[in-house]
Amino acid sequence: MLMTSSIEEKLRSAAGAHNLRAATAGDMVSGVLPQFVAEPDNEQQLAAVLSLANEAGIAVIPRGSGTKLDWGNPPKKAEMILSTARLNRILEHAWADLTVTVEAGCTLRTLQETLARHGQRLAFDGLWPERATIGGVLSTNDSGAFRLRFGALRDLIIGVTLALAEGTLASSGGKVVKNVAGYDLPKLATGALGTLGVITRAVFRLHPLPWGARTISFTADNLRAMQAHILSIQDSKLAHTALQIRCAAGDRPDADILFEATEAGLNAQESQLRELLGFTNAEQPTEQVWNARQDLWSPQIENALIAKLSVLPAKIARTMELLEVIVNAQQLHWQIVAQATGITTVRLEGELARISVAVEQLRAEVEGSGGSLVVLRRPKGLASLDAWGNVGDAVGLMQAVKRQLDPKATLNPGRFFGGI
Amino acid sequence: MDARILHEFRAIVGSHGLISSPEELHTYECDGLTNFRVMPLAVLLPADRPQVQAIVHICHRERIPFVARGSGTGLSGGALPVENGIVISLARMNRILEVDFPNARVVVEPGVINLDVTGRVQPQEYFYAPDPSSQSICSIGGNVAENSGGAHCLKYGFTTTHVLGLEVVLPDGSLVHLGGKSLDAPGYDLAGVFVGSEGTLGIATKVILRIVKRPECIRTLLAAFPSTNEAGAAVSDIIAAGMLPAAIEMMDNLAIQAAEAAVHPNYPNCGGLLLVELDGPVAEVEFLMRRVDELCRKNGAWEIRLAQTEHERALVWKGRKAAFAAMGRISPDYIVQDGVIPRTALPQVMDEIVRLSQETGLRVANVFHAGDGNLHPLVLYDRHIAGQEQAAESLSYRILELCLAAGGSITGEHGVGEEKKRMMSKMFSEPDLDTMQRVRCAFDPLQLSNPTKVFPTPRLCGEKPGEYVPHPLESAGIAERF
Repeated sequence: MLMTSSIEEKLRSAAGAHNLRAATAGDMVSGVLPQFVAEPDNEQQLAAVLSLANEAGIAVIPRGSGTKLDWGNPPKKAEMILSTARLNRILEHAWADLTVTVEAGCTLRTLQETLARHGQRLAFDGLWPERATIGGVLSTNDSGAFRLRFGALRDLIIGVTLALAEGTLASSGGKVVKNVAGYDLPKLATGALGTLGVITRAVFRLHPLPWGARTISFTADNLRAMQAHILSIQDSKLAHTALQIRCAAGDRPDADILFEATEAGLNAQESQLRELLGFTNAEQPTEQVWNARQDLWSPQIENALIAKLSVLPAKIARTMELLEVIVNAQQLHWQIVAQATGITTVRLEGELARISVAVEQLRAEVEGSGGSLVVLRRPKGLASLDAWGNVGDAVGLMQAVKRQLDPKATLNPGRFFGGI
Repeated sequence: MDARILHEFRAIVGSHGLISSPEELHTYECDGLTNFRVMPLAVLLPADRPQVQAIVHICHRERIPFVARGSGTGLSGGALPVENGIVISLARMNRILEVDFPNARVVVEPGVINLDVTGRVQPQEYFYAPDPSSQSICSIGGNVAENSGGAHCLKYGFTTTHVLGLEVVLPDGSLVHLGGKSLDAPGYDLAGVFVGSEGTLGIATKVILRIVKRPECIRTLLAAFPSTNEAGAAVSDIIAAGMLPAAIEMMDNLAIQAAEAAVHPNYPNCGGLLLVELDGPVAEVEFLMRRVDELCRKNGAWEIRLAQTEHERALVWKGRKAAFAAMGRISPDYIVQDGVIPRTALPQVMDEIVRLSQETGLRVANVFHAGDGNLHPLVLYDRHIAGQEQAAESLSYRILELCLAAGGSITGEHGVGEEKKRMMSKMFSEPDLDTMQRVRCAFDPLQLSNPTKVFPTPRLCGEKPGEYVPHPLESAGIAERF
């Protein structure tokens, strides 16, 4: 809808005098230019702005720092950006209890630096930590290499406060690690792409920083051989933190394993690994290899697509072989980083129409064996390509959850699956 | 119950799957929380998922509330029948359907016993991590409903960490699949919402579990301290030193005495007993265990024993695992509570518990998952002494209030159920509870699935916000809005 000046005045007064501005080209959301950007100072202001927008039928796009704003389908409508940038305080680091309460706009880097002062961390390695916000990583369910050992963000979040579309601020979970009182809405908010409410704060369980760390890289002749290595490591008694495969068109696959332990533990595990795989070629690279997933986003060229595939751990090689056949037929360039969890990030480059065909073919194959393919970053010319694929038989139930929490579809309309 | 409906139920589950005689129904009138009892109209024991669906279809059509039940070991009345409702027991659906070692997944029916999952994968040196004390009898379906924990969830996480997918019969009888064998299925994480929803969102008929490889070694240290305060300080130092033990358990003197009387674990007679378990690569565990030993001594531990063999470990754990039941040796009756506090609040909360105990003249024993702050006060009483049962109940609720005042929770692993729903409004605000109930309305608009549990006051679905949608009971002329 077109905003009248009276609505604008109300929004300005709710957001705080200097916290509403006209949107500029930099505020574009997947090709849609909003009219306003609201940057409230606190969660009460945020809830008040959201409530007014909901009442007036204004479509709201929640935003942290915008690093992943292009994930998901392009919005049906995007009239106001609701930024959490100023909700950036770390409210409480209860280090002796291994928990932290943090506002949604705090960056991952700032959070980790604060936690490190007491020798702790959020056991999560997200994309672009110097800019990515807590609300953003939660909403997009970003998933890194640490997941193998520490679980996903859903397993680390223990409390959440959500601003619902009608302006309610609702909390669930709590500030203690172990707590089963009430529904686990922190998990519902994680990965909901901001379509059920705006995350204003979160509580996490923390882990101690490791005593020491060591990365070992190795290679294999082909994907099948690499798969065998990965499965034997997973079936061993090694206590590794992360394990990933890196591979690109025409290259042999490389793998990296991260151990975090005392010096004694690192040495023991390294020799066990060498014995297990009969290595002579293993080397200790720089920590840079753990940026491999993020590096898939560069160079930022127009005809590159990035997708997240999830398959069973034992099917990684088979999926990659299928990918190779499909993308070679379409004459695309490809690169992958696969975690031993089965979560794989893929970069495809080439002619747009051919990328589209390859994605649909690959998605059909992956979904056919119980996995999924989600498009994260898409070229502008592929706006109509569905980001999510088949959501299964619970789609009606999910739509009912959406109707309960955001009945007027104010939040991120059209960006999620099934018209949500 | 209406003979016509009973006939329909019998046609689904057969005569052997239907219990309707009052004598037999008595078995089902409560769960592990025995001071709440309600007689169900009937108990149905379906043999497979289509039977569950058929039963729920009839319940939906006839507006009959139902309560799903696993082994009935729950401690908060989650499986307590509801008035004019039926119980659906999943005990006969107890098959392990699939074991997939390369992907570390096991698919089970809800009636499978927790320990049987580990039993099945043990030869390949895997285990199923959540280990509630009742693990030899409790069911996976019940664990899913309650999001059960156990002593080792400090390191390994709760049931929800280990449930990757669910097949669920919704309260209208339809079937949905939430999550799956692969991670991060697109859409909302409704598997995450379902686990721990205490049977209020539907009935799980199939559960996909994650299994974990056994660590290279496990070592358990037992340390005797003058009081729980010194033991608590040792725990803080262990955490501050950057360790994440597999388990840290604490018992106070009364709990030690009871365990000693019941199973003779030969614990030192001390004011605060600490049990610290480390697991992982041998070199790592041995190095860290020396640190744990030092930190315990620094905080005043006067006796330390290190269990090296599986046999020694079993003995150390025996007293702890038997602690609840052991109370029967020192008291005719007892209430098990399940509060959580930020671990650092332990000394202050323990002092308050002692004060309340003196004030009421009731003894309180304490068993504590010290790593994650989950406190199990056991309030001892004698129901034959007039007024003691009420005094014990009231004391146990006051302890939960202490937990809330310290920033904790009213339940760490036993659930809210019937017992603690009144405490929910002390932990959450109205909008918080209302938001949870809106999610419930998406799953169960007619509120048939374990209604009257968890929430202090029911909510008619479709009330607010947004457009007014009449409740189906209103449309049917059964209820009216005033």
